[in-house]
Amino acid sequence: MGELRLMKGNEALAEAIIRAGADGYFGYPITPQSEVIEYLTAEKPQERTGMVVLQAESEVASINMLYGGGATGKKVVTSSSSPGISLMQEGLSYIAGAEIPVLVVNVVRGGPGLGDIQPAQSDYFQSTKGGGHGDYRLIVLAPSSVQEMSDFVPVAFDLAFKYRNPVMILSDGAIGQMMEKVELFDTIPRLTDEEVKERYPWATNGKPKGGERRIITSLDLDPAKMEEHNRHLQEKYRKIEENEVRYEEFQCDDAEYILVAYGSSARIAQKAIQLLREKGVKVGLLRLITLWPFPYKRIEELAAKGVKGFLAVEMSAGQMVEDVQLAVNGKVKVAHFGRLGGIVHSPEEVVEALEQKIIGE
Amino acid sequence: MSEIAIKDIIKTENLVYKKTKLMTDKPLSYCPGCGHGTAHRLIMEVIEELGKENDTIGIAPVGCSVLAYEFMNVDMQEAAHGRAPALATAIKRLWPDKVVFTYQGDGDLAAIGTAETIHACNRGEKIVIIFINNGIYGMTGGQMAPTTLVGMKTSTSPYGRDVSLMGNPLKITELVAQLPGTYFVSRQAVHTPSAVRKAKKAIRKAFQNQLDDAPGINFVEVVSNCNSGWKMTPVDSNIWMEENMFPYYPLGDIKVDGEIIK
Ligand SMILES: Cc1ncc(C[n+]2csc(CCOP(=O)(O)OP(=O)(O)O)c2C)c(N)n1
Ligand code: SF4
Repeated sequence: MGELRLMKGNEALAEAIIRAGADGYFGYPITPQSEVIEYLTAEKPQERTGMVVLQAESEVASINMLYGGGATGKKVVTSSSSPGISLMQEGLSYIAGAEIPVLVVNVVRGGPGLGDIQPAQSDYFQSTKGGGHGDYRLIVLAPSSVQEMSDFVPVAFDLAFKYRNPVMILSDGAIGQMMEKVELFDTIPRLTDEEVKERYPWATNGKPKGGERRIITSLDLDPAKMEEHNRHLQEKYRKIEENEVRYEEFQCDDAEYILVAYGSSARIAQKAIQLLREKGVKVGLLRLITLWPFPYKRIEELAAKGVKGFLAVEMSAGQMVEDVQLAVNGKVKVAHFGRLGGIVHSPEEVVEALEQKIIGE
Repeated sequence: MSEIAIKDIIKTENLVYKKTKLMTDKPLSYCPGCGHGTAHRLIMEVIEELGKENDTIGIAPVGCSVLAYEFMNVDMQEAAHGRAPALATAIKRLWPDKVVFTYQGDGDLAAIGTAETIHACNRGEKIVIIFINNGIYGMTGGQMAPTTLVGMKTSTSPYGRDVSLMGNPLKITELVAQLPGTYFVSRQAVHTPSAVRKAKKAIRKAFQNQLDDAPGINFVEVVSNCNSGWKMTPVDSNIWMEENMFPYYPLGDIKVDGEIIK
C-alpha cells in the first residue's frame, strides 16, 4: 500500500506531479488553485527529483513555457483556474497543432469574466470542444476525488506522450479545496536526458550528430499540406475516441433513469441516487472520467436498452447535456439540472429535478 | 578574362568565403536587400564556429522571419507571436547545457511580447535574444511598429507617426539594459561589410557568454532595413536607415559584463 496522507485536492495534485517524474512546472497564481505552486515551491522538487518550478509572469507565458519545454521531450505541466485558462487558449492551439505532449490542469471557478472563486463546471465547452482557434481536441480527464487528483496525473502524462497531444485535467474548486485521505503512488523516476532523446526522436533538444535537425511548428503556408496535417490530427482524434473513453457506472444495471455527471456533481449525484432508491426510484449514475473522448456509444446503448430518461447534472447552464442529447439522439427524454455561477447544488435539488423534469412529465 | 584564367582562380586555396553549413540551401524568402538573411547567416556562422551545431535550440518568431527554421540548420521551434522568450526560458531551464536563442522582430519583441521580453530579461535567463528592429511590421504589410520613428509613414500611420496619438518610438534595448538580469546588451547593424563584422563580433560575444554560463541575458539588437515596407530601393533604404534610424537608435555596446557603458 502506498503512503497515506490527509491532503487538499490541490496539494495531492502537486505531490503527484513531483512523483509522476515531471521535469517542469510553470504557473501563475489564481484562486482556487494557488496551493499547487505554493506546495511545489515549498517542497523543493529540484532537490527531491531535479524538477524545475517557475512562477511565470502570466498564464500566457506559462502555457508558452510548456510549449517550449514540451517540444524538447520533457514532461511539463501547468495549473490554473478559469480566467487563466482562457488566457492560455492561443498557446494550447499551437501546442495541439504542433502535437506537443503537455499537461494543463484547470481547477474551475464560477464565470463568466472574473466571476467568483467558488466551484463551477462552466468551462466544459472550452475544454472539450477545442477552446482556441482551429480544429483540435484536448484529452480531458475529470477527477471527482482528492485520490483522483493524484491518480490522474501519471495517467494524463502517459496519454499526452502516447498521442503527442495536450491533456487537461478538468477539476473544480470543490475538489481542489476539499481535504480527503489519499494514497500516494511511489515516485516514478524522471527520464534522463539520454532517455528523452532516445524515446522522443521528434523532440528539439539539439540536432543528433550526423542526423537531421528537427522542427517544431504549427505553420504550413501551403493549404494542401495544412489540410493533410489536419487530416492526420483528425485520424489521431478518432483513434483516441476509439481507445480512451473512460467512465464509471453506479447501479445502472436495473436503472430506469440515469444521471450523467462528472467531478463534484458526480459525488452529489451519488447521494441523490441513494435518496431516490430509498423512495423506490430505479436510478443509476454514469460518471464521466474522460469528458473528451465522450462516451457517446455507452449512452446510446443505455438509451436503446430501455432507460426512460437521462438527467445531466452539472454546475453550468447546460453544456455537457448537449453531448448527452447527441448520444441519445431524441430516443428518450434528456434534461439538464445545475446551479450557476459557483453555487453547488444539493442532492435534494437533484432528486427534485429528476422527479420534475424526467419522471413527472 | 579567358576561361582558363577563371578556372585557375576557382581553387580551394583561393577561397575567401564559404557559406556556413548551418544555413540550409533553401532560397531565402526575404525581399532582395532585406537585412534578415544577413542576420541569420551571422548567427549560424557563430554557432558553427563555436562547435555547437548539435547543442543549439533556436526559436523563430511570428513576423517575416517566421520561417527562420527553414534556413537555420539546427533544431528549431516556431513560437506564437511574441512568446519566444517564454519558450526559451523553459528550454534553457530544462536543458541548462544547451545553447538557446530567440530571433524576434520589433512587433514580436517590443509590442505583443513586451511582457515576455522584460520578464525573461529581469529573471536573467541564460539565453541569447537577437532582436531585429526595422521600425515596421514587415510581414503584415508595413503597419506601424512600437519602434516606428516619429513622423515615419506606415500603412497605419499614413500621415506619419504622431506622438500625441500614437506615442513615442520605444527604445526597448535601453530599457532592458537597465535590468540587473541583462549581462550583455548591444545594438548593431548589417548593412555594410564593416557593420557586419562588428555585428558578428557582438553576436559571438553573446553566444560565448551563454557558453561561459554568464549570469544573465545576452541581448543583441540589429537595426535593419525593410525596403519593401519603407517603400524604397534597398540602397535608398540603407541610406535612410543611416540618416534616420541610427540617430535615434545609436549603434554600439550598451552593457558589457553586466555594466552599463553607454
Ligand atoms: C496573436 C497574433 N496577432 C497578430 C498577428 C499578425 N502578425 C504577424 S507578424 C506581425 C508583425 C510582425 O512584425 P515584426 O515583429 O516587426 O517583424 P517583421 O515582419 O518586421 O520582421 C503581426 C502583427 C499574429 N500572427 N498573431
Ligand atoms: S517585408 Fe521587409 S522585413 Fe520582410 S522580408 Fe521584406 S524587406 Fe525584409
